[in-house]
Amino acid sequence: MTTARVYKDLEPDSAYAFKPEDLEDDEMILNMGPQHPSTHGVLRIELKTDGEIVKDARPHIGYLHRNFEKHAENIDYQGVIPFTDRMDYVGSMANSLTYAMTVEKLMAIEVGERVKSLRVLVSELQRIASHLLAIGTYGLDIGAFTPFLHCFREREKILDLFEWLCGARLLYNYNWVGGVSHDLPEGWTDKARQFLGEFSPVIEELDDLLSLNKIFTDRTATVGIISPELAVAYALSGPNLRGSGIKWDVRREAPYCGYEKYDFEIPVGQGRYGPIGSCWDRYYVRVEEMRQSVRILHQALDKLPAEGDVHEKVPKRVKPNPGEAYARTETPRGELAFYIVSDGGLIPYRVKGRSPCFVAMGLFHEIARGEMIADIIAIIGSLDIVLGEIDR
Amino acid sequence: MAMKRPALEAKISNFLSPLVIAGAGGFLVVIAILPKIAEMIRTELQSALSPTWASVVNIALGVGATVFLVAQLPIFLIWFERKVAAHVQDRLGPMRVGWHGVLQSFADGIKLLFKEDIIPEGADRPLFRIAPVLVIMGAFAAFAVIPWGHGLVISDLNIGLLYIVAITSLGSIGILMAGWASNNKYSLYGGMRSAAQLVAYEIPTALVILVMVIQVGSLNLQDVIAAQSDGLLGPNRWFVTRMYGLNLIAFVIFFICGLAETNRNPFDIPEAESELVAGFHTEYSGMRFAFFFLAEYGAMWLVAGVAAILFLGGFVGPYFSGPLVFFLKTLFLVFVQMWLRWTLPRLRVDQLLALCWKYLIPITLAVLVAVAGLSVQAG
Amino acid sequence: MKEYLAGIWVSISTIAIGMGVTLRHLFVPSVTQQYLADENPEARWKSQIVPEGQLNERSRMRLHVKIEDCIGCKQCEKACPVDCIYITTEKREKDEAPIFASDGTAIKQRVVQFDIDMSLCCYCQLCVYPCPTVCILMTPEFEFAETSKENFLYRFAKEKPLQPPAEKKPQEPVAAGA
Repeated sequence: MTTARVYKDLEPDSAYAFKPEDLEDDEMILNMGPQHPSTHGVLRIELKTDGEIVKDARPHIGYLHRNFEKHAENIDYQGVIPFTDRMDYVGSMANSLTYAMTVEKLMAIEVGERVKSLRVLVSELQRIASHLLAIGTYGLDIGAFTPFLHCFREREKILDLFEWLCGARLLYNYNWVGGVSHDLPEGWTDKARQFLGEFSPVIEELDDLLSLNKIFTDRTATVGIISPELAVAYALSGPNLRGSGIKWDVRREAPYCGYEKYDFEIPVGQGRYGPIGSCWDRYYVRVEEMRQSVRILHQALDKLPAEGDVHEKVPKRVKPNPGEAYARTETPRGELAFYIVSDGGLIPYRVKGRSPCFVAMGLFHEIARGEMIADIIAIIGSLDIVLGEIDR
Repeated sequence: MAMKRPALEAKISNFLSPLVIAGAGGFLVVIAILPKIAEMIRTELQSALSPTWASVVNIALGVGATVFLVAQLPIFLIWFERKVAAHVQDRLGPMRVGWHGVLQSFADGIKLLFKEDIIPEGADRPLFRIAPVLVIMGAFAAFAVIPWGHGLVISDLNIGLLYIVAITSLGSIGILMAGWASNNKYSLYGGMRSAAQLVAYEIPTALVILVMVIQVGSLNLQDVIAAQSDGLLGPNRWFVTRMYGLNLIAFVIFFICGLAETNRNPFDIPEAESELVAGFHTEYSGMRFAFFFLAEYGAMWLVAGVAAILFLGGFVGPYFSGPLVFFLKTLFLVFVQMWLRWTLPRLRVDQLLALCWKYLIPITLAVLVAVAGLSVQAG
Repeated sequence: MKEYLAGIWVSISTIAIGMGVTLRHLFVPSVTQQYLADENPEARWKSQIVPEGQLNERSRMRLHVKIEDCIGCKQCEKACPVDCIYITTEKREKDEAPIFASDGTAIKQRVVQFDIDMSLCCYCQLCVYPCPTVCILMTPEFEFAETSKENFLYRFAKEKPLQPPAEKKPQEPVAAGA
């Protein structure tokens, strides 16, 4: 067949891909290729299927590899921050926060209270925006076209708030080493409160339209079961881990930016419509997290210190002492961490990003066996992957 | 540089939009006075030609009018669907191409005409070419028995309902052919799923029609409407209000089966956009793809029309009768179909079949037994 | 049997609730903002949450340089993470009249080349902060699409070099299709 010839020419020695010679009777290799409406980026998944049942699945990544870690070895510390934005482009506030925290740890800088509150504000807003995108596109994968647009309508408001704050809608370059780039403009907090007031009924409406819909729960609550032991064995984190019933949140375990002062709950999957750890549980943990984020945001807006210079602790030249540092935060996708090695110069020696989505893809083949093709889409959507973060 | 709307585009749009809107308005007017027009034409022909020739020309005109209507309907329905979809999603829909997008369907049609006709290498060429024809034929041939008013039907078959069920199942062969002939794994999946779905959902459709036939006593569509000639009140009222709600259950089941027969969401797994790119019509381009599209909208209208005839009285309305009443009822049911599409997620293929075999068929059988019992009792 | 009927009831009720939500949205006014640059340039941005007119202030769109204020310190060139700014300066002759930037700083260099390759710019705004005279800005102007890549190399410098060989060549933009 023509298709088989083309693939062989491109990857002559790929030991990882399925070999057509190994197929048994009735089995077929189906390629959900890099260009696909539902793989949330350029992800290629090779499926060995027997009719509709998947016998084995192998994800191929690397189509979005942009040499982030190599770039970071050639640019000064503050200049790496736009690059970290582009890792997980859906939740870029969280990436730059983690990086900035790591460098601050390296240089032993302690930021002021106002900076911490601002960082919490934007992180939680970013969490809501990212979860809205995850939920909307998950509905789209399952076939419900309308919640996608309703979620994006709310996301527009958040992006407008961010544009008002720092000038960009998606890739902000906001968290700097030692502070943040802009202070809040006049009236921002009032408009943020207005947004929160308008947003809470939307989550309820989303429940009516999508989350509790019987067709949706039938599609998602019985597939992609990740048992707690499997989740811990594969080092999952974030909503994927909490969907399996384990209460683990970096904001509670290793608080940063003053998270210990805020009062919020950690939602976990409870197996409401099926076994614990199903796709529906992971999806609903994200919906609940949005509610908790709204709670944190109200507290942060109330407790915002009135004074404080956001550029106070930003060093003129970032030149840390030789050493290494590792810092982690809870991003919308899980536990993101940066490991930075410094040799005493203006440019980092090594920057490594530990990406939660990469870890989640590692367990994909375990949960994909035995499911149908339609369920593969549901599983990928529920893991909420962003290829920018996986490939860096 | 800021983008400016080309002046020529604005001129064409401002010239053609009023024409299209006037055409739609004229179409509605013609439908409203269709009985009178038909009567006039019949008397003219009978006075001018011999009886056989008069009936032949009459039927030919009827066929021509139906073909014209059925060809124009998808154009309107596509625009309607896009606008309904947009407003449900808080958007505006097509606005640029003509006033509020009325020229959009024409623009899409012209674009599809100009597209390159690609047949993939390794595809089964004869089957690839025939498949769209079968699908569109299955959808459009059933319009031959749909009555638009008293005596306004092309062919008054005594087995009208059976004919409709038979002809629409030809479409499923076409879809299976399209899936197989494309030499594409995704299309094959789409075709297989669709075949299973369509064949399975024929059964509740036929059973529900049987439920109605028990109450009417004949398969002739004109008789079905005659049995509902009293409007909303009276012994011969619309079927959906009779039989203590059993007919309402039958209506809902027929509607669900109709959605499944036309591959609409929540049953659109054969053309599942986010999973199989475009399912069985992935490899089709240009006018062949347009055929599948037209067939889908034609079948949508057909299902809504048959539902209106069987349950809602056809062209017999609560206050006045006529083709316009039938048109409006069908349009409303088509709107409900679109409303469901933009609300619900998709069912997986095994859940779809489970719905059919485990839920719809037992319930329909129960309704059938109950209705048969009640009919026997009523004499 | 009970599960069977409960399943039917749950399906119908959740579908009906969903349809109710959708129907309500049919009557909510649309939030689309149409691109009406040709008809009404002011009616462009109506953010749902931000008061009108406030959005544009900090927006990071097109770079602009007020070349009269540039003192040639090259801080922006060093700060740019993607190296899209190319500056060449020459020392001013001693006998030339002193010139000043608008905030009073003395300009000691002549800026003979100040090129910004906007196709490389990543819109991070890191070049704006180090500038002592605030002469490089990111403006809210977003409609600057070009039809060829060469037009994206913005040349701001006005002065001519006195010694020709000292010019630094920026990397040649690759022509489309090459």
